[in-house]
Amino acid sequence: MSDANGATGAAGPEPEGGGAAGRRVRVVLVDDHRMFRTGVQAEIGQTETTGVEVVGEAADVDQAVSVITATRPEVVLLDVHLPGGGGVEVLRRCAPLMADIEQPVRFLALSVSDAAEDVIGVIRGGARGYVTKTITGSDLIASVFRVQEGDAVFSPRLAGFVLDAFASTDAPPVDEDLDRLTQREREVLRLIARGYAYKEIAKQLYISVKTVESHVSAVLRKLQLSNRHELTRWATARRLV
Amino acid sequence: MPEAATAPLAPPRPPRKLYRSSDGRWLGGVARGLAGHLGLPVIWVRLVFAGLFMADGLGALLYAAFWFFVPLGVGGVDDRRPPSLVGTETSPDGRRRLVARKPDRGQIVALLLMVVVAMVFVGNVNLGDGAKAYLWPAVLVGAGVALVWRQADNARRARWAEVGRRRRTLTLLRSAAGVLLVTAGVSAIFVLQGSAAHLGSVLQAALAVLVGITLLAGPYLIRMTQDLSEERLMRIRAQERAEVAAHVHDSVLHTLTLIQRNAENAGEVRRLARAQERDLRAWLYKPEGNGKEEDEEPDTLAEAVRRHAAEVEDKHGVPIEVVVVGDCPLDERIGPQMQAAREAMVNAAKYGGDGGPVQVYAEVEGRTVFVSVRDRGPGFDLDAIPADRMGVRQSIIGRMERNGGTARLRAVPDGGTEVELEMERAEKTS
Repeated sequence: MSDANGATGAAGPEPEGGGAAGRRVRVVLVDDHRMFRTGVQAEIGQTETTGVEVVGEAADVDQAVSVITATRPEVVLLDVHLPGGGGVEVLRRCAPLMADIEQPVRFLALSVSDAAEDVIGVIRGGARGYVTKTITGSDLIASVFRVQEGDAVFSPRLAGFVLDAFASTDAPPVDEDLDRLTQREREVLRLIARGYAYKEIAKQLYISVKTVESHVSAVLRKLQLSNRHELTRWATARRLV
Repeated sequence: MPEAATAPLAPPRPPRKLYRSSDGRWLGGVARGLAGHLGLPVIWVRLVFAGLFMADGLGALLYAAFWFFVPLGVGGVDDRRPPSLVGTETSPDGRRRLVARKPDRGQIVALLLMVVVAMVFVGNVNLGDGAKAYLWPAVLVGAGVALVWRQADNARRARWAEVGRRRRTLTLLRSAAGVLLVTAGVSAIFVLQGSAAHLGSVLQAALAVLVGITLLAGPYLIRMTQDLSEERLMRIRAQERAEVAAHVHDSVLHTLTLIQRNAENAGEVRRLARAQERDLRAWLYKPEGNGKEEDEEPDTLAEAVRRHAAEVEDKHGVPIEVVVVGDCPLDERIGPQMQAAREAMVNAAKYGGDGGPVQVYAEVEGRTVFVSVRDRGPGFDLDAIPADRMGVRQSIIGRMERNGGTARLRAVPDGGTEVELEMERAEKTS
């Protein structure tokens, strides 16, 4: 529901986004709905114009793991709800591939789900970002390239979840560095949640796009590494709210 | 058990089926069930049973037979009970029916009463010395059996009422006590047949039998209980799934039909699809939001923002994306802020809806509530708006300022307008 206009703020062409620069990215699609895979393939798979090359598809966890291992793509578009354990299970079993220094496989979660549990779950599992399926083709392509470069991709809704999770607890942090967002990171997240693109955020805060990216990546890292259990508890509680 | 006793007295089987009452019962719910079935006051039935009990314990046998053969049900409660009877006879019982959480106090009183009556009966009855000696063991056995049967009833009732799960140890204790009573009674009978000298060996034999039975039947029983609870879990899941299916069936199919009918009207199709999506999401991801609360007034910030966004979205056909961080109850200052936010959403939908969805962000931070509404339309210059167009000035800026908040309108660098509304929450009243 949230990102028709720019999951990451990808509204408007980003300087490094898109295949115009002649860059290529190899992508695997993991989704149990064939119709959806076909749709995504049709939208982003025109390698000549988009620079995205879909090298494999998978419909469940086992298939996904074997396809990803076999093709070694740079980016995996991963559905959260999958037969066989869900996206989290794929992430768990592909952990060695993600950690590979030479040629890391990076995951971008792509789901219709709005549940905080799902969102936080895949991010904690190591996905580099989370976008919803209403995202437009061009935004999705921009997000794929951003993930390929190792940046994080936050949708407004994900930014909202993170702000909520990091704000709503009174418990003292276990690890100060990880369990708190800096003032700047909060500002950046807040602007993402308000629907700003990276470029707009940079202008608004008088910083460079690169700095925005590094803030977002820092937040993602904290989200993945933060060892406070409040995060999971928060996610479960949200579901019950 | 005396099957023969039930044969002549088998309950009539007209359309109405006889059930033991699980509600407001003293012992097995037999009297209450019968009373409900025959349309008599329950006290009469109880008196009849008591009277029969005095007749060489016939009442007890009858009662036991009914208890054994008649299934436990929900019906049979005598609602037309005269209040006077309640007051005099069963005041704990009457209270129990109101406070459904504590079903056991009245029953304990009733049981004690019964024990007293039984003792009086035992004391008075004249059976001859031989038979009288066996009376006490028989009473013991009866009490043990009653205890265990009650337990079984409770377990069965818990299946449909979801009660009684909380006290597992008590359940075990009760069962153990029942078994102990029966064992003691039976041992006593054996001892009486022989002599006191055999007490040790009889007890040993009884214990051996008990251990043997436990060894043989224990694993089987445990497995059965596990299977049962698993089956119950599956049933709950199936029920949930059926509920989802029903909901999806109803609302989604309905919407799809409407969409097919309005296929030419792109705006209407979009509106229907959005409304359905919202509904489905609310239903799937918020267990409580099953779509039935639509009519209730929202009482928290998040609810209010979502409600207003949904309404504006439906009315103007422009998607509105909502992100809410934190939440707080509405108060006399946040209420007007929500009104202003709604006005801003309407403006954004009307004048800025072509550039993409309207984005609404609401955040509660400490005592401050911040709402931003942004569109990607052609932009908006407050100074260029004719003075007679009071919409923005009055209903957004004016409203915020009258209530002690601030409103800012500004052009976003790359096109579009953003309205920022900030308000301090009212002082806590509690």
